[in-house]
Parts: sequence; C-alpha cells; structure tokens
Amino acid sequence: MGTNEEVPWKALGGVIMNEERVKMKAQDPNVRNKNFEEVELGFTKEEALKEASRCLHCKIPKCVEGCPVNIMIPEFIAALKEDDVKKAYDVISETSSLPAICGRVCPQEKQCESKCVRGLKGEAVAIGSLERYVADEAIKNNFTTIIKVPKNKVTVAIVGSGPAGLTCAGDLAKAGFEVTIFEVLHKAGGVLTYGIPEFRLPKSIVENQVKSLKKLGVRIRTNIPVGNAITLDNLQQEFDAVFVGTGAGLPKFMGIEGEDADGVFSANEILTRINLMGGFREDAKTPIKHAKKAYVIGGGNVAMDAVRCLKRLGVDAHIMYRRGEDELPARQMEVHHAKEEGVQFDLLQNPVRILVDEQNNVTGMEVVNMELTEPGEDGRRSVREVEGSNHVVECDMVVMALGTGPNHEALKGSNIVLTEKNLIQVDENGTKTSLDNVYAGGDAVTGAATVILAMEAGKKAAKEIIERFKTV
Amino acid sequence: MYKILKNEKISPNSYLMEVVAPEAIRNALPGQFVIVMGKEDSERIPLTIYDYDTNKGILSLIYQVIGASTEELSTLTDEIFAVVGPLGKPNEICANPNEFKGKRIIYVAGGVGIAPVYPQVKYLKSKGFDIDIIYGSREKDLLLIRDKAEDVARKVFYTTDDGSFGEQGFVTTVLEREIHNYDICVAIGPVIMMKNVADVTRKYNMKTIVSMNPLMVDGSGMCGACRCEIEGKPKFACIDGPEFDGHQVNYELAMKRMNIYKEEEKEKWEQMKKSLGKH
Repeated sequence: MGTNEEVPWKALGGVIMNEERVKMKAQDPNVRNKNFEEVELGFTKEEALKEASRCLHCKIPKCVEGCPVNIMIPEFIAALKEDDVKKAYDVISETSSLPAICGRVCPQEKQCESKCVRGLKGEAVAIGSLERYVADEAIKNNFTTIIKVPKNKVTVAIVGSGPAGLTCAGDLAKAGFEVTIFEVLHKAGGVLTYGIPEFRLPKSIVENQVKSLKKLGVRIRTNIPVGNAITLDNLQQEFDAVFVGTGAGLPKFMGIEGEDADGVFSANEILTRINLMGGFREDAKTPIKHAKKAYVIGGGNVAMDAVRCLKRLGVDAHIMYRRGEDELPARQMEVHHAKEEGVQFDLLQNPVRILVDEQNNVTGMEVVNMELTEPGEDGRRSVREVEGSNHVVECDMVVMALGTGPNHEALKGSNIVLTEKNLIQVDENGTKTSLDNVYAGGDAVTGAATVILAMEAGKKAAKEIIERFKTV
Repeated sequence: MYKILKNEKISPNSYLMEVVAPEAIRNALPGQFVIVMGKEDSERIPLTIYDYDTNKGILSLIYQVIGASTEELSTLTDEIFAVVGPLGKPNEICANPNEFKGKRIIYVAGGVGIAPVYPQVKYLKSKGFDIDIIYGSREKDLLLIRDKAEDVARKVFYTTDDGSFGEQGFVTTVLEREIHNYDICVAIGPVIMMKNVADVTRKYNMKTIVSMNPLMVDGSGMCGACRCEIEGKPKFACIDGPEFDGHQVNYELAMKRMNIYKEEEKEKWEQMKKSLGKH
C-alpha cells in the first residue's frame, strides 16, 4: 500500500509550496476487491492542508471556468488553508448542493483540474479531493449553511430525484421556492442510489445529501410513478413550474442470438440488485445470480462499476470492449482501479452470439476480434471485424453495459415535444420544454452523460425558474 | 409506510391483503399492477391489482406464498414499507371499451390468475358487457373468490384437474367446446396455461390477450429483467406490458426465464427459515 513519502518543500515567491500533489490513500487492491467499502479513504487534515497550500490563487482562476457549476475554487481552498473548514463549506455551498457527491464522482481531470495552472508544468491541485474533504468534514461536524431567504409561495414539482433533480431542488429551495420531488423508486438519488456502487459513493453520503435538502424544506415523495399515478399535465396544473429530470434509464441490448439466456443481464439490473437492493450483503433478501466467470460488455463507467461489483462477489470478472485501451470511454481512474483489483480487460473483441445450454443457461460466447481503422477525416478511428477471427470463450454470465436510452414513462399522455433522437426538446437556453412552465435537464435532454453535467442542467433550470418567477 | 387493513389466508397457499394506498390506485385501470416491499430491506415484488376502492383509497391484493419474500409478506400485520403503482399498461379492452362494444369476450383464469381477471370483468360489466369466465385450478381448495367472480360474470365455468369441483379437466377443454360463442379471449394464469389457451384460440384465429408475470426489480423500465420475446423482439413486461398479444409470445422462453434465480431464491428461503427458527 503506497504511503505518502516525505514531500520536498521549497519557498517560491514567498509562499511555501510543495511540488508534488498529495495522493489520496486507498484500500489495498487485494483487500478492497473482496469488500464493498469505499476505495479511496479521503484526506486527513494534514494532507488537506498540505495539498491546499499548492493552490496559487490565480487572479483569473481557470479552474472555476472548468467547473460546470462554477464553484469558487480558490476561495474555498483559501479558507481551507486558514483551517476554516466551515467557511470553505459555505463557499462551496453557494454554488453546489451536493459537494460530497461531486468530490467523489466528478471527472475532475477533464474539468477544473484540467485547467489548473499548476498542471502546465507538474500536477494540478487535487481540487476534487479537497472538495470531498470539506464536504466530509461538513457531514462529520454537522455543518449547516443558514439560508435566510423567505418563502415565496411559488411551487415547483421535480420529476426524478437523480443528480439533476436534486441540484435543481437545492437551488430552488435556497431561493425560497416550495419544492416537491417525485421519485418512482423507494429511495431518492436516482443513479447515485441505484447505479454508482457503494465502494465509489457510499449510500450514507447520498442519504446525507438528501437529508440536507429536506432540511431546506424540499419534500421528497417516493413510490410515485409519474405518468401513471399522476401525469405531467396534472403536475403542470397543480404546480407553478415543473422540472423533468428523468435521466436515461432504459438499458440497451445488442440484439444478438442468446441474449435472452438466464445468465444475461443489463448492467442496470446487476447494479440495481447490488446497490439499491443491497444484494451484496450476506443477509440480503434480493438475490444476485451466482457466477464463476462473467464478461461485462462495454467500456464506460457503468461497465467499470458492474465489473468491479462482480469482482467483489468473487467472480472471475472480465471487460470485453470492441475498441482499444485508448478508446475506453470510462474515467482513467476507474480503469486503473479496476485493473488494480484484478479485473481482466479483453479489448478489441466483440461478442457475436451467446452460447446457451438446454436449460437456457449461458455456457460461453462466440467472439470476433476487432481492429481499429486509420483515422478518418474527422480524426476518429472506427473499428471493423477481423475476418475469420471468430472463436469461443467460456463464461456463465454476460452483462450488457452498452449505454442507456431515455425512459419517457413519466411523459405518458403529455404533448411534450421530443427530438429526432427521442430526447426532450428544449429551447436555445437548454432548459425550457415545449410545454408552459415545464423545464427539463440532464440525461433526458442530452442522452446519457455524467452526474456533474446533470447537476449543471439542474442548476441552469433552477436559475431560469427563479428568473421567471422573480417578483418585480 | 402504508397501513395494512387486512392480511388473511384465503386458501392453503394464498393471502388477501388490503392496504391504504390512495396514490397507487387513484388513476389505476384493470390490467395494471403494483410493486410492494414488505419491509425496508425486502425484495420488490410485482403483484397484479385484485380490487380497489378509489374513494376510500383501499387497494386489495391476492398473492401466493411461493418463496421467502411472499412468506415474509404473509407475516405482516400493521404496515407495509412500500406500495408503488399503478405500473404497466391497462388492459386494452378496459382502456377503450367503446371500441369493443358488441364483442363477446371470454376470460380464462388459472389459479391465482382469477385475482387480475376479477377487476377487468367487474369494470367491463359496469361498461355494459356480459362476460363469461372459465376458471380452473388443480383442486377445489385452490379456487379463490368464487362468490366475487360469480357476482360480476354472467357465467363461470369451473374446472379442476382432479374433478373435486366443476368439470374434471383443464380450462382448454371448456374453451374448445364453448369457443364458437365468443370473439375475444383474455387469459391470465400460469404461463403454461396461457400457452395452451393461445394454442386453442390460434386455430380459430381468435384475438387473445395474455398477461405476463416475469421476474422484475424496479418495474419502471430500468433493469430489463422482465424482458419477454414478443413477435421475436424483446419487450419489457413492466412498461410495454404486462399484457401482450397471446399469439406472439415466446412462452417456452418465458418459462425458462422464470427459473433464473431458482437456486439463489431457494437459498434465501432456507436462510430465512433458519433465522426465523432462531428467534
């Protein structure tokens, strides 16, 4: 297990700075691949202060531009340097409702940290890790940011309690709106609850963030299938505004032979059984299919989550992806963690048929090798099958992680306009739908993307709703 | 939490539960279903709606004890953790009764399948339909809510495998004999029964609707566990169904897919029995 070695310190422009980024400690790969506890352990106070000292406090902070919700990063880090965690938390809370979640699951390397000036010559400041530290301290010490805005009596219904809905709810509640969230499942959080595994985002963290929204006065009504129990039209009549953040929850399948076998699952099913239903626990009431060897088909974050869950359940867990290592769409960190934990990567291969016995159990797959073509005019390399390379691999479980499509069950019976791609159509500002006072954002509008982009959309919609109902 | 008004045994292996769940039934139509969770850590169980009183907000369910989760359900007395609904699409005839005016409809129910058949017949009766039911089970004791069924149907034909009540034989025996009196068939029961009914009606080219009851987790289109093969294409019973054209269903596959978690479920039941024994 890698510990932090003595970091060289040196004076630069009157500021004491260490050059190397403080690495967050993690559970040993060979221990964590057998449990569902969090992989990364978070910063200690000393580590946080040391890392905070690396921030240069640029006059024009590029990192803020890189953050979809524009957290005032240098300000919160400055507060941290002064050892004022409460102030740091207040600064973050001004723009983000869910810092404990963002600090864990945002792809910071592509956002704030990619713009950090320190990254030009060395390593960027570990902004995500610092955010997580502040948020975790806030939870530990029960910090609350006091909101003094009076209630404005404007009511907003939010459909779906995923990252878009929760963020929108938080911002509106802070502005005095009366917010009610409708959720079809029995727990709030959407993909944060059913999708992202415990070892990457502990459910206690999600519950805590939901609780802090409730403290702001947000009502959360679970077990309500909008579209059936109550329609979008009903909500439009009963509330002053509606935000639709229903995500992209519909799993895709390949359409190949054998896909209806008893051992073939969507990644959503595996993840839902494990995360939402707690299926990984010994005494869980929701079963998970036993398997010896599983292939997860796909190379995105959902594929990594599913394969790492299976590994932890003692399965010989493989990723099969039709492109190469460089093309894996998952966060680098997730790929790295998966490899450390012993997940096998079978790249440039694709199943063409799932082999099934008489009882409909999976016995293997017929697989074809793939090769990358030369980059086309758009610079993108596509893939093609290598002729005559078909071969058979043995396995007893196949998990499809091929991406998800929008699930418009909640829109049933409404005239809301959809795009050609079957997504909710919004105006040029990106939030207003074709229906009066109905806004939308997140994966239901963009197609499957990331948690933070959904949060950004929720934030943007909240801003428009606040603007729309501003009393003159 | 939802209040339980009643949870009583109505046959050697079936229970009738009444819960206060106004939201789950406010916009419900026959053919739709709910998902219930006994306790916070329970499995999500899809159950067809048996009866509902929209004014009082009371939902009635009939369920069979077939494993650990339904066993747990049968032990509840005061409260149930979750009731989610209505889910799925309503029965096509109940959703558009005017389109089916004048059609002669026969319902075929097998075992606990009478539970979802009852509200459909009741609803269609209120829309002016005269409906007959063929209701079969293994033996007399497993025939449920006979008086209720007789209340709403014009005629109920009973069959039992052992001849202990009604005609001895299968529902298909009666169906073959009576089929010339009807235009449309709705069959709800064990998959094998629905398959056999569809085999009969196919010969007469009679429109047939069946209600599939595959494994489910969320019931909202998210997990794909409930996929059935309809006309050679995968469909999700939770959002595309649960009712489908009976002549387009791949029943063999549906039967095999019921067994996905057979081994694991058996273990869970053993585990539960053990832990109950300890207390």
